[in-house]
Amino acid sequence: MDLSFTPEETAFREEVRTFFRTEIPAYIRAKVSEGRPLARQDYVTSQRILNTKGWAVPHWPLEHGGQPWTPIQRYIFTEELMQAAVPLPLQFNCYMIGPVIAAFGSSEQKRRFLPRIANLDDWWCQGFSEPGAGSDLASLKTRAVRDGDEYIVDGQKTWTTLGQYADWIFCLVRTDPDAKKQAGISFLLIDMKSPGITVRPIITIDGRHEVNEIFFDAVRVPVENLVGEENRGWDYAKFLLANERTGIARIGLSKERIARIKRLARTTSAGQGCMWDDMDFRSRVASVEIDLKALEITQMRVVAAQAKRSDGKPDPASSILKIRGSELQQATTELLLELAGPNALIGAASGDLRNDLNAEFDWVDAAAPTYFNTRKVSIYGGSNEIQHNVIAKAILGL
Amino acid sequence: MDFDLSSEQSLLKETVDRWVADTYGTLAQIEASRKAPLGFSEAAWLQLADLGLLALPFSEADGGFGGGPTETLVAMEALGRGLVPEPYFASVVLGGAAIRLAASSDQRQRLIPSLIDGSLRLAFAHGERQARYDLADVATTARGIDGGFVLEGQKSVVLNADTAGMLVVSARTAGGQRDRAGISLFLVPTDASGVSLHSYGTHDGGRAADITLSGVHVPQDALLGTEDEAFAVISRIIAGAIAALSAEAVGIMEALNALTVDYLKTRKQFGVPIGTFQVLQHRAVDMLVALEQARSMELYAAMMAEAEDPVARDLAMSAAKVQINRSARFVAQQAVQLHGGIGMTMEYLGAHYFRRLTMIEMMFGDTPHHLRVVADAGGLA
Ligand SMILES: Cc1cc2nc3c(=O)[nH]c(=O)nc-3n(C[C@H](O)[C@H](O)[C@H](O)COP(=O)(O)OP(=O)(O)OC[C@H]3O[C@@H](n4cnc5c(N)ncnc54)[C@H](O)[C@@H]3O)c2cc1C
Repeated sequence: MDLSFTPEETAFREEVRTFFRTEIPAYIRAKVSEGRPLARQDYVTSQRILNTKGWAVPHWPLEHGGQPWTPIQRYIFTEELMQAAVPLPLQFNCYMIGPVIAAFGSSEQKRRFLPRIANLDDWWCQGFSEPGAGSDLASLKTRAVRDGDEYIVDGQKTWTTLGQYADWIFCLVRTDPDAKKQAGISFLLIDMKSPGITVRPIITIDGRHEVNEIFFDAVRVPVENLVGEENRGWDYAKFLLANERTGIARIGLSKERIARIKRLARTTSAGQGCMWDDMDFRSRVASVEIDLKALEITQMRVVAAQAKRSDGKPDPASSILKIRGSELQQATTELLLELAGPNALIGAASGDLRNDLNAEFDWVDAAAPTYFNTRKVSIYGGSNEIQHNVIAKAILGL
Repeated sequence: MDFDLSSEQSLLKETVDRWVADTYGTLAQIEASRKAPLGFSEAAWLQLADLGLLALPFSEADGGFGGGPTETLVAMEALGRGLVPEPYFASVVLGGAAIRLAASSDQRQRLIPSLIDGSLRLAFAHGERQARYDLADVATTARGIDGGFVLEGQKSVVLNADTAGMLVVSARTAGGQRDRAGISLFLVPTDASGVSLHSYGTHDGGRAADITLSGVHVPQDALLGTEDEAFAVISRIIAGAIAALSAEAVGIMEALNALTVDYLKTRKQFGVPIGTFQVLQHRAVDMLVALEQARSMELYAAMMAEAEDPVARDLAMSAAKVQINRSARFVAQQAVQLHGGIGMTMEYLGAHYFRRLTMIEMMFGDTPHHLRVVADAGGLA
């Protein structure tokens, strides 16, 4: 047993760290760190720099642009990326639809889509949830009816993150209304420019436009946009959700926020001194850091175990990462709120928070919105209650 | 011991509850007022005057209603439930207390009638950015000159300052920046020369301003209360404010719990109402426990807000605020969690409750602040 990194791994860490901090523009990293909204172009700029280096999709199969890294290297890469406040390569592209097409898509789909996914030439969004189908995703109702060499899609998706920027949406649709729940679902790729699609913004609790409702009214989709086989979509969705879950602890992100809180605490006056002189505050920061340390090692254990598994199935222990990781992300935002104190009330003091990118920025403006917004992490990606159910069943056998 | 409202108080409750249900029974009504130029509805403000609510804290001798903390509690619970945008808390609870506790009879005669009829609104300009929750940390100065004072300094997050005709400003007339002695209160017209406001929306849909006072001349009779001795008054104002916010928080938590339980009964997943999942039942029960604990401390705060002994009073207010804050955080977070995605959107009333509860937590002392006050005192004897 050895919990330390090898010299090669340490060298790798240095390499990626230096790259992130020198090649990704400082203004983009500052926005991520300060909890300000990113413009579409910021995601694109950052991801293209990574892609040019060959690092936008290191976890993909080698033939599609992946890197021959060990799971530990991948882990180091993502941690350093988050700690440098580099935007994660677009989740929907790089961690969701890309791996699905690489694993189950036709060779034509791979040729057509994968390079554009990696380079963020096409922006993808995730059309799974519906008003009536959240935790119970398999109860989804959006229908696709075959008509010659097209499907006609009718229905509604919701909570579609950044759908307002999207060129494409990957959807779960019902193709066999008579089959039992999971059995009649297919996985379709739909061009957002198709006639019959309407996008309606939903303003989230932090006052920003982050999610959308998407309506499909007799939208025609070529049959060649079906992924894999008809009525097998649920299998591909499970594969995708398992990928989503392993990356969701976001330990690097929490560490980055803690580092920032410590910096800010030194310049935030309190009494005769600053907030960092306040031992109660310090001990609350320390307490979250200890939890994070434990989770980091837990994550390494899951990563190491995953590397040894041959069946490729997700480890139910990844639900532990999701539960604790989301709770700790939320804990860091509560510390930020505490740091802002009475000034946390200050709303749009320096411009409208609704994606006003030119506004002069005061960190206290974003403390409360960041706290509000981060409530989502225990809801999406399989709610924490659902994760408890998974563990109770799959690990405890209850 | 008697936890029941008197018949007058019950009547007051009925009146306010009905007005709130009619005026702010829906999110659309609340948002319409927030979007008005003032950030609230002038018409609704005048209705509050007609109902006598603006007269609530003033003595009958001054033409008021002669209400105490219990009457304020009744009003604030209802106003909380309706997320009422009118500046009742800023003008009546904070500003009104300053007048009630410190004004001379001359000042009362001059101001109270227009406060009661709604033509004058007040804002309480006390907090400063560096002060956090230390009520004695006042860097703004007032220098005595012939016939009056000159004020210099900055105030932050002054609630509803942009629609107030008059500011109640704390300033240092003696002593060091964090001394309790040497603070005075002044009445400063918002449009006085040298007063500049930087107004903004707060995260709960309200409004506030950062205020710069540069060379603001006020006459001698602008002094509110005794020179150098305003700290005691400020502490009493804040005690009343904490009691009022506690009531508002309880009103909101009650409404938010009701929304949540209703949602658990109607939202279906996996073919059943989600309220049939035991984990969610237990969570809702914990929310109820949190509410009831908060309600008890709300009552305690109302009872102690005007206690004679300032030490016992402030200790009680700190204890109450800790419980209110903790319950507010738990209830707010769990309400969002139990609603799933719907709880995360501004289209849902619950999200607005969440934001207001969070801001109540951060006002006049967060949990660590008040916990430390109680701990420093050696706990509750
Ligand atoms: C900010 C945000 C962004 C999102 N982005 C996307 C996106 O891009 N694409 C997409 O497809 N979806 C997205 N989602 C949707 C997300 O996946 C769902 O919100 C999530 O699956 C929960 O579903 P729901 O909101 O319908 O809540 P519900 O499923 O109705 O859950 C309500 C409550 O019931 C609990 N519950 C449900 N079932 C059980 C059970 N069996 N046992 C115990 N408790 C249970 C839940 O934990 C929750 O507390 C997003 C959501 C949010 C909040």
